[in-house]
Formats: sequence, structure tokens, C-alpha cells
Amino acid sequence: MWQKFGPVLTVVLAIFALWYVMAVVMNANWAYDKAKRADVELGFSELVVDTWSQKKPRLPAPHQIAEELWNTTAMKSITSKRSLVFHSWITLSSTLLGFAMGTVLGILLAVGIVHNKAMNLSVMPWVIASQTIPILAIAPMIIVVLNAVGISGLVPKAVISMYLSFFPVVVGMVKGLRAPDAMQMDQMRTWNASKWTTFWALRWPSSVPYLFPSLKIGVAAALVGAIVAELPTGAVRGLGARLLAGSYYGQTIQIWSALLMAAALAAALVMVIGQIEKYALRKMGMAR
Amino acid sequence: MNQEVVIEAKKLSLTFETNDGPVHALKDVDLTINKGDFVSFIGPSGCGKTTFLRVMADLEQPTGGEISVNGMTPEEARLKRAYGYVFQAAGLYPWRTIGGNIRLPLEIMGYSKAEQAMRVDEVLELVHLDGFAKKFPWQLSGGMQQRASIARALSFDADLMLMDEPFGALDEIVRDHLNEQLLELWAATNKTICFVTHSIPEAVYLSSKIVVMSPRPGRVTDVIESTLPRERPLDIRESQEFLDIAHRVREGLRAGHGDD
Ligand SMILES: Nc1ncnc2c1ncn2[C@@H]1O[C@H](COP(=O)(O)OP(=O)(O)OP(=O)(O)O)[C@@H](O)[C@H]1O
Ligand SMILES: [Mg+2]
Repeated sequence: MWQKFGPVLTVVLAIFALWYVMAVVMNANWAYDKAKRADVELGFSELVVDTWSQKKPRLPAPHQIAEELWNTTAMKSITSKRSLVFHSWITLSSTLLGFAMGTVLGILLAVGIVHNKAMNLSVMPWVIASQTIPILAIAPMIIVVLNAVGISGLVPKAVISMYLSFFPVVVGMVKGLRAPDAMQMDQMRTWNASKWTTFWALRWPSSVPYLFPSLKIGVAAALVGAIVAELPTGAVRGLGARLLAGSYYGQTIQIWSALLMAAALAAALVMVIGQIEKYALRKMGMAR
Repeated sequence: MNQEVVIEAKKLSLTFETNDGPVHALKDVDLTINKGDFVSFIGPSGCGKTTFLRVMADLEQPTGGEISVNGMTPEEARLKRAYGYVFQAAGLYPWRTIGGNIRLPLEIMGYSKAEQAMRVDEVLELVHLDGFAKKFPWQLSGGMQQRASIARALSFDADLMLMDEPFGALDEIVRDHLNEQLLELWAATNKTICFVTHSIPEAVYLSSKIVVMSPRPGRVTDVIESTLPRERPLDIRESQEFLDIAHRVREGLRAGHGDD
């Protein structure tokens, strides 16, 4: 047990310790200011207590975030606007839609690139160029353009998620679909197999081990996309909206709890894909 | 003798254009292979054995001369699925079971489900792998995988087998064993077999005809018709007749090397 979790536990404890120390350091100014105005002397223990319990600390202490998380998840009905579960679901839904669209787009582009000479030469530079444009710059444009043609709500946000998540899928799948070596391709030729058969019987299964790592990166990127998409729209719902509202009003605890929620969501999504990967590879006889 | 010709090459040449200039992999090769022959190709590395096999299989286009397979061009023969090709590496798909791997060409060629199952069982038995249909390739030894790949090439029952050093990576004992099985299989099916090897004893033991090649440019220096009987126990390799043929092969190889 210790063998397995010991190192992880040690690191986590170290992070918490550092975090608490930093909370004292970063929030001390405000504590001294308050004490000065109230004309009282601040001892060390009072300083610590104060810096760990301010309402709008520069750096909230872990237990404050934990309390906020508890209050906004377990203690609120999930349909309430104050529930973090509710906001997470809003963000998650556009993440998943965008991720699905990005995966399909990525696979289609990869299939085209692998099978079509013209696409092979022309598409990849554009795909790479698309990722060099900062998403923060392009997100408002996507939303405005889609709004202009009457599309609003979930879809524009999902499109931004798609924009970020198709990239790792294209790159991984191009490599995966090209994984069969010359001998395997020759072998298909000796059987006079069609391109279609070669794709389904050889290229596609060969690409599976490449697909899943791409999907893991893609789903995390899709979540980032969904959060970013909520910023320029002035959305009132979603984790991005919580971040934005938190920063307007200096609610650092709210910001941090939304951040942690997003991180937990990303971890959960990656883990789900990891489980599907394990299952798929075992089913295909490729996991030992 | 009135024999059916399977492979006929006339002045066959193939030159690869590479960045370092042309490579003459085959030059003016004349060869006739009859139905039911077991032909071994032997020669030093780079003399064009693989290239010759690949030309027969329409995986490589000759740059000169003519070749026919079953009286057709290699392409027509390939489209008719006239041959089974065994590559040097087994090349089984890791995501398919042994049975699934052998079934693959049958699926591609549109055999019915029942026929597929029947043929898979049949060829697994031929290569002595009955009972392994449900195993995955990684559960088999290298030699077993190679047998499975031979079974796969046999599955659609082409009359011509092209085998490129199928036992190259295996140890002597396993090799002996597989050679015996291959002869057994040849006797049972009367297929025409083209077999590339680096081993003189293997070539002499297996073949009814030994083609000795020499490199740069790849040419046929000797074609030896074996006088050994078709029925060949392993200890035939100690007979004088066997040693005489092996000697002639060695001489041929040496002569080819001489004008390098
Ligand atoms: N695709 C290719 N492009 C360029 N040169 C090639 C190509 N394939 C083979 N060659 C060259 O042709 C010559 C014959 O190659 P080949 O593979 O037929 O030899 P081989 O007799 O099978 O050798 P080995 O016993 O090592 O397998 C070699 O000099 C090789 O470098
Ligand atoms: Mg070779």
C-alpha cells in the first residue's frame, strides 16, 4: 500500500504545506492593513488565523476552497444557479459536443490526408496554422459569425471546443492510419484487396493505439475551449462564467473552486477515455 | 515431357533508379518453372531473390524482358489470386486471433462463412496448428507464427506459393521440423513452390530445382535439377547424392562470387 501511494501522498502533503505557507505570505499585507486600521497589534498566531480565513484573499487556503466546493455542490440543488454542479454540466455539455465534433472532423481529415495526395500536401499546413492563432482571439469571431447566421447557445461554444480538439486527433490518426508497414500493405495487394477493405481490415485497427492518446489530449483541449468560449459571450452559466464573475467581484475563492472543478472534470474525462482504451485494447488482443 | 509451365521469364531485367544511380537487381534472367516444381532460390545477399519473387507477385514492375505467371501477366495473375505469398516476417495482425488471421484473405475474397470456417480448420491441420484458432499471435512462438502465416497463404488454395525466407529467423531444429512439414504439404497438395533461402542444405533438401543466383547485376548462374526422390526422410542429407548436389550449389555460388 505504502509502496503504491506513499510517494503520491508525500507530494500531495508537501503541496498542501507549501500552499498554506504561501497563503500566509500573500495575504499578510491585507491582514496588517486591517489591524492597523483597527489599531491593534497582530501576533503571529492571529496573523495565521486571519490569512487563512479572509473573505477575499489573494490566495485562498485549501480548506476555504474545500468549504466553498462543498457548499456549492453537495449543499445546493443541482438546478440552482449557485450550484457548481449545474455550471459544470453546462460546460461539460458543450465540451462533449465539441469533442465529438472535433473527433469526427479529425478522423475525417486524417482519412482524407492518408488517402488523397492533394489533401496530403494541402491540408496539414492549414491544420497546423489553425492552431497557431490564439483561441482567445478567434473565439469571439466564431461566436459573432455563428450568431449572425442564427446559431447561438450550445453550438458556438461546442465549435470552439471542436476547434481545439480536432488537432491532436488529426495528428494522431494520420500517424496511426499510416502505421501499417510496407509489408502489410504489399500483403493486402497480394490478396487484391480494395482500398476500402485495406482501410477497415488494416489501417483502422492499426490506428487504434494512436487514437486514444489523441482523444485524451483532445478532450482536455475541448474543456479548455468550452471555458474560453464562455468568457467573451458574457455567459452567466458555466465554469467559464463563474471564473469571469469571480474575477469581476474579486471572489478569489469562487475562482479557485471553479478552477479546481475544471481540473477535476478534465481528469475524470481523461480517466474515462483511459478506461475505454484499456477495454478496447484488451478486446482487440493488444493489451497483455 | 509435356508439362504445364507456371512461371516463364525471358531476359527479365529490373533496374532500381536510386539516388546513388541505377541498381541492377535482375539482369537478363531466363527461367522456366513447371507445375508441381519445388524451386529454391539461393544466392548471396542482394542478388535479387526477393526482387524476383516480387516481380512474379506483381509487387515490382520489371524494366525489361518478359515474365508470365500461369500464362498471364503477373498483374492478371494477382487479380485472379493465383498465388499465396509468405513474407519473411509472419506479419500476423495482433488484433486478430490465429483463426481470424487465416480467415482474413478468405473474407476479402468473399468466401461464405461456412466455407471460411472449413478452410481455416483444414489449413490449421496442414501446418499442425489445430486447436490454436482462438489464440492471439503473441501467445504463439515465432515458429508457430510462421506456420500460421503459411496457413494463411494456403487458405485460399492458390496453386502457386511464393515464400521469401519463411524460416530465416528460426533455429536449426525448428527449421528441420518445418522443412519436413513443408515437404509433406507439397506432396499432399502438389502445389508449385518458389522458396528463397540462404541455406544450401535447406535448398537441396527441399527442392526439385535449385536456382543459383549471383549479385550485381542479379543473374541466374546455375539451375540444378535435383535427382533426389520426392520422398525424402531427413537423413537423406547424409547420402552421397545429397552431398554431390550441395557441392554443385556451393560451386555455383563461388563462381558467382568470383566475378565480383
Ligand atoms: N525498392 C528498392 N529500391 C531500390 N533498390 C532496391 C529496392 N529493393 C531492392 N533493391 C536493391 O536490389 C538489390 C536486390 O535486392 P533483393 O532484396 O532482391 O535481394 P535479396 O537477394 O532478396 O537479398 P537478401 O538475401 O538479403 O534478402 C539490392 O541491391 C537492393 O539494394
Ligand atoms: Mg530478400
